[in-house]
Amino acid sequence: MKLKDVPQDPGILDDYGREVCYAVDQNGNYSLAQSIGWDPKNVANKQAWQVIEKKINKARDDIRDGKLSPIGFYMACHQMDIKLLAQYMGLYCWQVRRHLKPAVFKKLKPGVLEKYAALFNVSVDELKTLPDKPVPPQK
Amino acid sequence: MRIDFTHTQSAHCECGVTANLINHAVTAGEPKLSEALAFGLGQGIFFGYLPFIKVNELPLTTFRCPVGKIFKSVTRALGIRVKWQKFASVPKAMDALDRELEKGHPVGCRTGGYWLPYFPPALRFHFNMHNIVVIGKEGGNYIISDPVFPDVVECPAKDLALARFAKGALAPKGSMYRITGVPDKIDLKPALLTGLKGAAKSMVKTPVPFLGTRGIRFLGKCVERWPQKFGDEKAVLLLGQLIRMQEEIGTGGGGFRFMYSAFLQQAAGILDDPRLATMAEQMTASGDQWRRFAVKAARHCKGRATPDDSVSAMREVLNTCADIETRTFKEILSIAG
Repeated sequence: MKLKDVPQDPGILDDYGREVCYAVDQNGNYSLAQSIGWDPKNVANKQAWQVIEKKINKARDDIRDGKLSPIGFYMACHQMDIKLLAQYMGLYCWQVRRHLKPAVFKKLKPGVLEKYAALFNVSVDELKTLPDKPVPPQK
Repeated sequence: MRIDFTHTQSAHCECGVTANLINHAVTAGEPKLSEALAFGLGQGIFFGYLPFIKVNELPLTTFRCPVGKIFKSVTRALGIRVKWQKFASVPKAMDALDRELEKGHPVGCRTGGYWLPYFPPALRFHFNMHNIVVIGKEGGNYIISDPVFPDVVECPAKDLALARFAKGALAPKGSMYRITGVPDKIDLKPALLTGLKGAAKSMVKTPVPFLGTRGIRFLGKCVERWPQKFGDEKAVLLLGQLIRMQEEIGTGGGGFRFMYSAFLQQAAGILDDPRLATMAEQMTASGDQWRRFAVKAARHCKGRATPDDSVSAMREVLNTCADIETRTFKEILSIAG
């Protein structure tokens, strides 16, 4: 890659700075160049987020249809699957799978609910409801 | 409290951490280690396509050696002594970090990317291969030199604790490391030869077909079959994942190929061997091909693929990469051998 070809397509990084790229000058010597992003990279990143969004929407629909407990929604927002969520909670996969059933969720002990709420960074009341917007990792 | 630490921005986290930590530890008179040198000495360049290991339900492709190997190889080759620690409990891990900081030692930590609040939102995925240097603590916030970012950043203790104990594949388990001693004189030359040889071996002398340059050809073969095997929708996801592995995670462009060329150029200067400069040019050419591949793949993702971007054309590009890299690393092996 030549220095003049270092791409500057804004996208992922936004205001979070620039990233370093390696490129050659006219004499073929390497130097560091700052780049704000590259189109193919932005496309791939956007695609990854679309997949996550799809999962969130699917979880939302399932909750409305009474097939899934709200934990499923927060799990999708935090890009977790059952295995990862179980690791964070210190539970077995089958336990988390049970908690994802609305009937079981209703009967969960406050201690377990608090643990889920703390992990997802919401209150227990919020955990029992279904927000309109996906929640960010941190507030 | 904040340690006087020179923060240099770099493309890749582990190489940046390695170079910054070593430059902090050596005496002022010694030549500074650049990120590219750390990458080369650490035998960072690699390729592997591992369809049987899944990341987010998609096959794993790697352009670099396993996490931690760069730091280990560089320090071993230069005779630098290092202390590694892993922890079972969060409070113990944070206490140990505080104690080291109080003694004035910058500490390298392996973390997950998802829980670090200073990350751009678009890059907050669960990946546990991030490396940072903690250089101080002010109030409840840790001061962090994250080499991928232009400036030193701050991170609340709660979030750093979460990031150090991120779960999932390759969980960091609170790993931290620091340099305990450096030799009086650092001799780069033998270390460079070891680094060159080690990397070349892992690229061209692998016993299995999915690693090294053979892995690139194998990937090409698989890419050609994806649309038939999985249908167009899934194939596009697979290509997207490939672009992200190649470009997104701080590779300096072209899946680390440009960074390695920069290393070869510097090595040519230090070893006074013009043959390595030619190798650098060849690796640049390979990197350019990788970029071409990413452009073609991205057109598929956008649904704007022209006949030029067909899967067989992409396989051709990958085969060119494999050809160039096989030739280059075989020559490097004979130079360093």
